[in-house]
Amino acid sequence: MRQITFAPVFREWQRVAREVLAGGLAPNEVVWEELHGEQPGLGMFDEAATQQAKARVRVPRSFVEIAKRVACHRSARRWDLLYRVLWRLTHGEPHLLEVTVDPDVYELARMDKAVRRDVHKMRAFVRFREVAHDGETWFIAWFEPAHHIVELNAPFFRDRFAGMRWSILTPDRCAHWDGRMLSFTDGVPRSEAPVEDRVEALWLTYYGSIFNPARVKTHAMQAEMPKKYWRDLPETAILPALLREAPSRTAEMIVRSRSKAAPADEFHPAPVPDSTSLTTLRKAALGCTACPLYRNATQTVFGEGPKHAPLMLVGEQPGDQEDRAGRAFVGPAGQLLNRALADAGIDRDQAYVTNAVKHFKWEPRGKRRLHAKPGSREIAACRPWLEAELAAVKPRVLVLLGGTAAQSVLGSKVRVLRDRGQWIESEYCARTMITVHPSSLLRAPDGEAREKNYEAFVEDLKTVARELAKSGRGDRCQAFLIDP
Amino acid sequence: MDLERKLSILADAAKYDASCASSGTTARNSRAGGMGSTTGAGICHSYTPDGRCVSLLKVLLTNYCIYDCLYCINRVSSGVQRARFTPDEVVKLTMDFYRRNYIEGLFLSSGIIRNPDYTMEQVLQVARKLRQEHGFKGYIHLKTIPEASPELIEEAGRWADRLSINVELPTPADLDVLAPEKNLTRIRGAMTVIERKITQSKAERRESPKAPVFSPAGQSTQMIVGATPADDRAILTQAASLYREHKLRRVYYSAFSPIPDASSKLPLQAPPLVREHRLYQADWLIRFYGFEVSEITESRNLPLDIDPKLAWALRHPAVFPVDLNRASRELMLRVPGLGVRNVDRILAIRRWHKLRLDDLTRLHVPMRKVMPFITTVDHSPHRIERTMRIPEERQLDLFDPAQTALTGEL
Repeated sequence: MRQITFAPVFREWQRVAREVLAGGLAPNEVVWEELHGEQPGLGMFDEAATQQAKARVRVPRSFVEIAKRVACHRSARRWDLLYRVLWRLTHGEPHLLEVTVDPDVYELARMDKAVRRDVHKMRAFVRFREVAHDGETWFIAWFEPAHHIVELNAPFFRDRFAGMRWSILTPDRCAHWDGRMLSFTDGVPRSEAPVEDRVEALWLTYYGSIFNPARVKTHAMQAEMPKKYWRDLPETAILPALLREAPSRTAEMIVRSRSKAAPADEFHPAPVPDSTSLTTLRKAALGCTACPLYRNATQTVFGEGPKHAPLMLVGEQPGDQEDRAGRAFVGPAGQLLNRALADAGIDRDQAYVTNAVKHFKWEPRGKRRLHAKPGSREIAACRPWLEAELAAVKPRVLVLLGGTAAQSVLGSKVRVLRDRGQWIESEYCARTMITVHPSSLLRAPDGEAREKNYEAFVEDLKTVARELAKSGRGDRCQAFLIDP
Repeated sequence: MDLERKLSILADAAKYDASCASSGTTARNSRAGGMGSTTGAGICHSYTPDGRCVSLLKVLLTNYCIYDCLYCINRVSSGVQRARFTPDEVVKLTMDFYRRNYIEGLFLSSGIIRNPDYTMEQVLQVARKLRQEHGFKGYIHLKTIPEASPELIEEAGRWADRLSINVELPTPADLDVLAPEKNLTRIRGAMTVIERKITQSKAERRESPKAPVFSPAGQSTQMIVGATPADDRAILTQAASLYREHKLRRVYYSAFSPIPDASSKLPLQAPPLVREHRLYQADWLIRFYGFEVSEITESRNLPLDIDPKLAWALRHPAVFPVDLNRASRELMLRVPGLGVRNVDRILAIRRWHKLRLDDLTRLHVPMRKVMPFITTVDHSPHRIERTMRIPEERQLDLFDPAQTALTGEL
């Protein structure tokens, strides 16, 4: 039995293993003793023998690559295993590495895989924090590798962050790059590492936003990001909150999409008095509680205009300003509508203007009340009011502004952008047209698009004006048009 | 609006794109200047609780969009809150995140603003600044707009490691219903343009390594699954044709998940995650295992309770058992439980000794799964029906009730 003492790094092992192999010592005749500290290893063989040994050893190139990594493994048995495989490769089994199920090769592959995984995780999970050091910016990370991989992995970080000055601190070894060369020092405690960074808050924001709460798969996450790393990953701080909120965020998405949260019995068709008097209808609508929207709205916003107006315009629902004023289309969208009507040569005062839904639906965002699209149940609950208005006014031309109005009158099959600008015969009016809602023009991304969309809107209204001008059914229509 | 708020809106809007790959590109490093490196292997820097990795900073430049694709949260008719980054803001975020080793690079996409060319130009500005002003050597994935002019797509390929155009839905009819502004012919036309440039650049670089690169990590696409009634055969046929004709690196399948403020034309339920998983399995079988689409979709949809390879094996008992000491690679690839790597290992091992069950254990082969289908020196199965418990017939709901989404896991 021969005891071989050597510094436990690959280069040293490679040197002495060549000598031992040349000396013809079988694996069971050698004990590998790791030498720690600075004392020099004892040369057992003379220089000539070493050179000779080097020339004679022939192994597959892949063995050297694997051995370099396995040498970084924390297991004390690695040297023994490496030598056994080396011995077998050079004693009649040159193909040994191909037999992946051989117990020695299997063990070697297992260790190799553990080191490669550790190397990969270090590349993934090192998190630099920016600090000012001697008037210069340094990036410092703390990481706890499972194996002795700091020196093996440092060139990767050098190649990637060559333009920065950085240090990676670990309990075993620390790697440093000053912009010119790599250096290594002994391990340090965690307390040496910085604890905060100015960009981390943004990173957490990103991490929380990119996660899709509708598909929680925590097992998949933990398989790739085991808990032992969590301590040094800043983003894991918000994990518990993300997981806690995931079910409710998903539920909210589903609810918001179809307002299924409220039971159906909260939505009734509004009980409308059997009358064609707009005053009677308006009064009755003030107390409407057919759907829950009345609870958060200031007041019912009923339609207004001449009783026998030839044109009726139907919008979506009152907005913030309409809700306060109690009148339809007085806010920004209303002003845009006025301008467009004027440009098309139509006098708004002669039109009856109303909405498909008579209460303002909104969600709080900060101090503002943000418009929320009415759901199909709310539209259905409110439809009787619109039907009563249509029956009372009996317009010759009906213009539906936007999807909600179109859905209320024509059902869900229509598409605003596809069907706009054409005459459709509806249940309520032989000349019915869909066009966009003026608020969609306000949402256009830029001035150019807004201008284009506005022109298309006015074009639709001009078609309406021409239709109104046709007829000749009495003075009403003539009076209606501003000088064309 | 402050940067943090913008980031949360525009990352949230980007998360429905499944791809986060940062692999398969050329090797670069920053030792001669600049910032960053790529090795060809991707790195996942973090994982979110949905099990997906965070490899790239995946954001939209803006979620304003003039299109009205119903499955998309950013469609013009959606009430979602809007935001817009300036190109400089995205460049700074990318560099700040990269320096701290949070990411491998950037995946930039955008809603269509003004017109396709204007939008593409904005996206290119970010990539150009990163590459030219900051010498950024990390990974860049650019979402390409099929309607943009070819010169802009060409420039995108010069800066990007990967380009992608989403086909979004499996059939042209689906697109007509849900994404009226998109058109499959135009999408595939743009893919052809990109594919030709990639092939050309590869050929030039074989002649001279100094020839310019063009999207070295290839192109990919994404299809949304479960938003339309298209069956798995239609989806996989489309995918196979994309792989064949445009040499795509990947087709991603994204289970349609409920989005806030969804259109009423969409099915509203938990994302069909099992179906998505089966489609990926089938995708692999087609690309690496020599299966034809028709072979695995005999009943139009993939079975949800067992994987497509096992389903095929149970339908073809005459092929089995397969003798692992003699069978061809093609035949071994058909054995449920044997993957490409293990098949190649078995081929190497059996040159030196006869395979036994012990050997398979060491290869981490799922023994209970493979045993009914193989013979080794020390094993030969009884009839498949006796050893393999065929799962009882059960019609699973393609669309699980919303409950799955609420409880989370499958």
